[in-house]
Amino acid sequence: MTFLEFTEGPMWRFAAFVFLLGVFWHLAHWLMRRHPKDLSKPLGSGFAGAVGTLFRHFLPSPHFLSRNWLVTFAGYAFHLGLFALVLFFGPHIEFIQTHITGFGWEPMPYWGFIVACQLAFAGLLILWLKRVLDPVLRLISDSGDQVGTLLTFIVMLTGCMALMQSYDFLRALHMLTVNLWLIYFPFSRLMHAFTWVLSRAETGAVYGRRGSSL
Amino acid sequence: MSARNTIDRLMERTNPAIASYLDACVHCGLCAAACHFYETSGDPRHTPAYKLKPLEKAYKRHKAPFSNLRKAFGLAPPEVSDGELREWQELIYDTCTMCGRCTLACPMGIDIAGTIGVMRTAMFEGGFTPSDLVEQAQRAKDVGSPLGVTPELLAERLEWIADEFETEVPLDKTGAEVMLTASSIEVMKYTESIGSMAKIFNHAGVNWTFSSKGYEATNFGVLSGNGDVNRTMVTRLVDAAEELQVKLVVIPECGHALGALRWTGPNVIGRELPFEVLHISEYLAKLKRDGRLKLKSYGKPMTYHDPCQVSRRGGATKAARELLNGFAQDFRESKHAGTANWCCGGGGGVISISDPKTVDGRLKAFKIKMDQVDDTEADVVVSACSNCRLALDDGAKHYAWGREITNLAEVVAEQLEE
Repeated sequence: MTFLEFTEGPMWRFAAFVFLLGVFWHLAHWLMRRHPKDLSKPLGSGFAGAVGTLFRHFLPSPHFLSRNWLVTFAGYAFHLGLFALVLFFGPHIEFIQTHITGFGWEPMPYWGFIVACQLAFAGLLILWLKRVLDPVLRLISDSGDQVGTLLTFIVMLTGCMALMQSYDFLRALHMLTVNLWLIYFPFSRLMHAFTWVLSRAETGAVYGRRGSSL
Repeated sequence: MSARNTIDRLMERTNPAIASYLDACVHCGLCAAACHFYETSGDPRHTPAYKLKPLEKAYKRHKAPFSNLRKAFGLAPPEVSDGELREWQELIYDTCTMCGRCTLACPMGIDIAGTIGVMRTAMFEGGFTPSDLVEQAQRAKDVGSPLGVTPELLAERLEWIADEFETEVPLDKTGAEVMLTASSIEVMKYTESIGSMAKIFNHAGVNWTFSSKGYEATNFGVLSGNGDVNRTMVTRLVDAAEELQVKLVVIPECGHALGALRWTGPNVIGRELPFEVLHISEYLAKLKRDGRLKLKSYGKPMTYHDPCQVSRRGGATKAARELLNGFAQDFRESKHAGTANWCCGGGGGVISISDPKTVDGRLKAFKIKMDQVDDTEADVVVSACSNCRLALDDGAKHYAWGREITNLAEVVAEQLEE
C-alpha cells in the first residue's frame, strides 16, 4: 500500500469515522440535556426569534462595523474562500464523488480557484495576526485557538502544494493533514462550524419570546 | 469563600443554552467594542467574552463533551481557584451591567449578559459577591426593600405623595384591577415618579392600587445572584397580586424589575403567573392607544434613553416611542437608540457598589452615554428606569452636565389635560 493509498484509504475512513462520531456525540450531548420549560407568558414567538437570530447574525451589526471591520471582513474572506475551495475546486469534487456521494457537480473556473485561495489565505492570516498582536485577542485566546488555526493553515498550504496532481507524495501529504484536521475537529473549537446554529437559536428563542430581536 | 461551591453551582446551572454558548465562542473579541466598560477603560480584561472564562474553564473540565477524555490525557484546564474568582468579582459585578449589548456584536449570538446572570448566582454561592449587593439583597428580604422601605414606611410615604401631588394613591384597595409596584429609589428619592404614575392612572380612570404585602419591584436577588432573595421578592409580588385578585401588575420605572417578574419570575417560582405584567412604558402606551390619555403636546427638544432591561432585554423598545409619537413635538432619536442603545453604566447593581474604583469606572463609562445624548443636542433626556436616572443624575453632577434629566411618567403627567 502506497502512502497515498493509505491516506486516501484506511486513514481517510478512520478520520471520517472519528469526525462523524465526534460531531454526533458533541451535538447529542447538547440535545440530551433537558431544556427547562419557560413558564413566562410569551410576547412573541420563540421559534421566529430563533430563525431571525440565525440569519441576522450572518450580517455584521452596523453599530460596530467601524470598530470591527478588519476582523469582520477577514472572517468573511476566510470562510467564503474556504467553502468555495472545499466544495467547488475540481479535485475536491472528484474526491467527494469517489469517496462520499457517488456524484459530482460543476467545478469553479481556475480564476475562481485563485480568488478563493487568495481570500481564504488572506483572511486566515489576518485573523491569526490579529489574534497574536491585538491585546484583547491575545488575552482571550487559548492554545486551542492557535492549534485550530495552524492545522487549518497547514491543510490549505499542503492543498496548494498538491495542486500538481501528478505528485502523489504532495497529494498524500495534503490528505494526511486533512485527516488529522478531521480527527481534531470534534474535540476542538472548530466545532463552531456546527454549534453556531445552537448558540444563535438559543438566544433568538429566549429573546423572541420577549418580543426583542437580539 | 469557596471556589468549590461556585464551581458546583456553575455546573448545576449550565443548561443547554449556556453549553451551546461555551461551545460556540471562537474568541473573536468582537464583543469588546460593544462594551462601555472596555471602550472607556481600554482594559482587555473588560472584554465580555473574557468575563466568562472561569465558567468556560469549569465547563471544559467537568461538563463539556469529551471532558473525561481531556482529563485522562491531561488536557483539561486546571480547576478554577479562589484567587481567580476573587479577581473575577470585579469583572462579573463591578464592570458588567448585564446590558446585553455585546450579544448584538457576537457572530455566534451568545447571550453574555444572561450567562453573567447565571455566573452571579454561582459567585454568590461561593461568597464572591460584593458586600454592598449582599447587604442590600439581605435588607430587601428582611424588611421588604433594599433601601429600608417597610410596609409602614411605604404607607407613610404614599400618604405624603398623595398630599404633595394632590392625587389619590390607593393602598390595599380591594376590587382593584391593576396593582402598581414601586422601586424603593422612587419611594425614597424620586417621589415625583410615583406621584406622576398616580396622576396618570387617576386621569385615565384606572381602577388601581398599591399593596402593602408586595410593593418592591427591584430585585437585588437577581443583581447579587442570591437565589433565595430573588424567589422571596418574586413571591411577595405574586402573592400580593393574587390576594388582591388583580388582572395586571405594572412594573414601575425600573429596568431589571421587568425581567425579574415578567420573564424570569415564573421560572423562579415554578409556575405561570395568573395575571399580566407590563412595564409602565408599555402600560402608558396602551392607555394612549385606548384613548384614555388626553395630553397637551410637549415642546422641548427631547431624546429617550432606552433602559437596557426594558428595551434590548425586555422587549419593550417600541412602547416609549408609541407614547412619545405625536406628543413630543421635537423628539430626537439618538444614534444607536433602541435595541443597540448604550447603557447608562449603572445597571446590573453597579450603581449600588460604593468601591471608589467601581464608581470611577462607572463614571468613565457614563461619558459614552453623555456623548450619545449630546450628539442629539436635545435639552431633555427622558428615561423609563429610576436606576438609569440615578446613574444619569450622578454622572451629570460629576461632569456638571447641563441636560435636564427626567422620567417618562413625569413628562406625561406634566402634560395631562385637566
